[in-house]
Amino acid sequence: MKILGSLNGFHRIVASLAMAAMLAFGAQGAMAQDAAEATATEQLEQIDPAEAADVADPDAVAAGSGAYTPMKPTEGKGMPVAGGIDVQQQFSPIGHQANALHIGLVWVMVLISLFVLALFVWVILKYNKRANPVPSKTSHNTLIEVVWTVVPALILLGIAVPSIGLLSAQYKSPPKDAITVKAIGYQWYWGYAYPDNGDFEIVSNMLTKEEAEARGEPHQLAVDNRMVVPAGVPIRFQTTAADVIHSFAVPSLWFKLDAIPGRLNEKLLMIEEPGVYYGQCSELCGARHGYMPIAIEALPMDQYNAWVLAQGGTIAGADEAGMEADPSAVPLQDPESAAPGAAGAGAPPVAPTA
Amino acid sequence: MATTADSFQAHTDDHAHDADHKPGFFARWFMSTNHKDIGTLYLIFAIMAGIVGGAISGIMRMELAEPGIQYLQWWAEFMGGTPDFDTSLHMWNVFITAHGLIMVFFMVMPAMIGGFGNWFVPLMIGAPDMAFPRMNNISFWLTVAGFVSLLFSLFVPGGTGPGAGVGWTVYAPLSTTGSTGPAVDFAIFSLHLAGAGSILGATNFITTIFNMRAPGMTLHKMPLFVWSVLVTAFLLLLALPVLAAAITMLITDRNFGTTFFDPAGGGDPVLYQHLFWFFGHPEVYIMILPGFGMISQIVSTFSRKPVFGYLGMAYAMVAIGVVGFVVWAHHMYTVGLDVNTKMYFTAATMVIAVPTGVKIFSWIATMWGGSIEFKSPMVWAIGMIFLFTVGGVTGVYLANGGVDDVVHDTYFVVAHFHYVLSMGAVFSMFAGFYYWFPKMSGRMHSELLSHLHFWGFFIGVNVLFFPQHFLGLQGMPRRYPDYADAYAYWNEISSFGYTIMALSMIFFFVNIVYAFVAGKKAADNPWGEGATTLEWTLSSPPPFHQFETLPVIEDHHTAHDHMSKPATA
Repeated sequence: MKILGSLNGFHRIVASLAMAAMLAFGAQGAMAQDAAEATATEQLEQIDPAEAADVADPDAVAAGSGAYTPMKPTEGKGMPVAGGIDVQQQFSPIGHQANALHIGLVWVMVLISLFVLALFVWVILKYNKRANPVPSKTSHNTLIEVVWTVVPALILLGIAVPSIGLLSAQYKSPPKDAITVKAIGYQWYWGYAYPDNGDFEIVSNMLTKEEAEARGEPHQLAVDNRMVVPAGVPIRFQTTAADVIHSFAVPSLWFKLDAIPGRLNEKLLMIEEPGVYYGQCSELCGARHGYMPIAIEALPMDQYNAWVLAQGGTIAGADEAGMEADPSAVPLQDPESAAPGAAGAGAPPVAPTA
Repeated sequence: MATTADSFQAHTDDHAHDADHKPGFFARWFMSTNHKDIGTLYLIFAIMAGIVGGAISGIMRMELAEPGIQYLQWWAEFMGGTPDFDTSLHMWNVFITAHGLIMVFFMVMPAMIGGFGNWFVPLMIGAPDMAFPRMNNISFWLTVAGFVSLLFSLFVPGGTGPGAGVGWTVYAPLSTTGSTGPAVDFAIFSLHLAGAGSILGATNFITTIFNMRAPGMTLHKMPLFVWSVLVTAFLLLLALPVLAAAITMLITDRNFGTTFFDPAGGGDPVLYQHLFWFFGHPEVYIMILPGFGMISQIVSTFSRKPVFGYLGMAYAMVAIGVVGFVVWAHHMYTVGLDVNTKMYFTAATMVIAVPTGVKIFSWIATMWGGSIEFKSPMVWAIGMIFLFTVGGVTGVYLANGGVDDVVHDTYFVVAHFHYVLSMGAVFSMFAGFYYWFPKMSGRMHSELLSHLHFWGFFIGVNVLFFPQHFLGLQGMPRRYPDYADAYAYWNEISSFGYTIMALSMIFFFVNIVYAFVAGKKAADNPWGEGATTLEWTLSSPPPFHQFETLPVIEDHHTAHDHMSKPATA
């Protein structure tokens, strides 16, 4: 996957148009807030990771920054709600931006469907055999034909502008110092590798219904070992697979990226606040396709570091400090410099030889 | 040799004077070269395949009615596997695969193109038969052979259990290294056979429509159903060879050591997806375009008005066909496409909504000012247009590559394509069936039973599929046999909807039996002055060979006003 470096001028215009269009779709305060938050994330790279971690809600995590105990999931957060009819509540900047467009699109869908329904009710009442025994012979009207070609085209254009803006936001590269987390799909479980933290790998299997309920987690979603990541900072998230195609999907982060053997897909993942976020494999991968869920636990940076140490890993910051001191060292898997090799390279991240 | 010449002469005379000379049962139904008989065979075949495919969806909705695995172990044992956990789950994948393949290749396509296309394209253009009657026959039997191969695959080993559990998309490497045993080979072979049958059928339709139109019937006077089959035939001809190539590469990857889709040998699993969807997206228009054509005929007939914007309607279908070939990667938004690629496919996909909108508004404009009679074909047609609109707007939603991330491969997609197919295509097939059944059988069906069928089916499929939008938005992935408790509510309602839909099908079958046992004899044109196409000028059912003297289409009328009375035998 090729990743665009940063927004060029055109994309910036598109993005700002997107904001305007989203506001135009509905005047709800909530939406305006979403859009504003999305704008805030434009400056994502400037946010100091430690600062972001500080703002995160400390109540949501287990007390005691040193030891790691699996976080209790919050009911309705990062998981489906019973009988829910809308998308899950979003906890990523992209999620907010996409959700604003989603709301606009839902309105467009509902209004067009109701408009067509109203036309039907009208013709059924007005032009049935009893009400109108003699049919007209009209079969052409150039003006109306032009109108119903041009107006839908304009509506689509109105959708396309924020939609293209969303796409360009989704393809922003993570900053160079972002922590890399790599998900590897296996039949039928996930492995999570932390190449910037000493390259250890966590194996994550689904819990049985009894185990999940014992831990107070939703069954079919709960796993034994979660993918633990820092909250409030951008993560360089990569996927690949060892056997067949899997897909890493987390609905509450508006995130889905296929894990394909022989390919290394990469996308920025940013979780705004600590919490547990569930997802499920979303590409048919054989018998237990429905039995390899995903559970992400986002922690403040200091607790994340503690967790890394508990896994026998090393702190990423310490590594990078060393790297910065050594001008010859290059950060791992730089998406811009390594772009030609990154697409479908299939190799795990290794330091370039140059 | 005078004797030979004489007997030859006598033989041709014999044919010319006896249009209803029918061959014996075996020769007529197993070696048929008559487009109407082959059309009937296709329709019977499609109904039988539809019963199998529909029963499989019943098994799936039964399993999904509540959380947990309830029945799959039983099915695993029934199909000859062991009732262990993995085999049970494998059976689920076998069911989703079989349901998809059967409904696409052995129900919708045979019914629309093979059934209604064969029956009514020659009748509507005033031709005595299809251009290549014997090829028509082999097209049908190749489709049957394909179906047998698919059914056979259910009972041979497919890796984790019996049958091919790879989804109708047969993605590599799950379908290559991921599935040992011959089941996937049989499933792929089934697609080869059905695909070959469809390619032959497509060439037959193109040749027939281009060369066998009655004098005076220009392309711009052809009924819209003929236009729709013409566009569909071109889509088949251009798309199916790509599928054939892709699945042949699967076969060689599986059996002969090639690595087209295996990264270990320099191949690429995503290449398969590009090839598959280059076929697969035109395929969805192949399934709906003949339905568009039927709806146009029906709406015009029962509004007693010519189709509004005839040329716009015809070229909207051409536009849908053309643009349909350049939007395939919207099925692959999450594979890791380049950002510019994703932007292009987002924009291109949305473009399709424009000609589709033209069609929907033109249908309504055809009704506008009309004198609408709500006979059974018309209620199905109105139901189709509205539900297809709902499926269409969710298609515009899904076209947005960035938004799609959250619903890709979830039940939202399942809901979307069932609204356009299970409602769009299937409603148009029932509309077409009730429209043409009197013509095909010579008997009138019961309007009451048809309306009961409609309302049961309409309510059933909406209760069945609308909640799946909610499940998808909440994140429930498709192709899952089990789910978290939060998804239980809408799944139960969805399964309840299936029951309503399935019960309504009783009216359909009772109606057919009723028509043959007690149905009134159908007039040549039972639908009145609105029905202007050539098939209504023939008897019901039409003679075994029609249009021995070609009808002449008068110049000063449009194709949707009157056609001249043809001289039938």
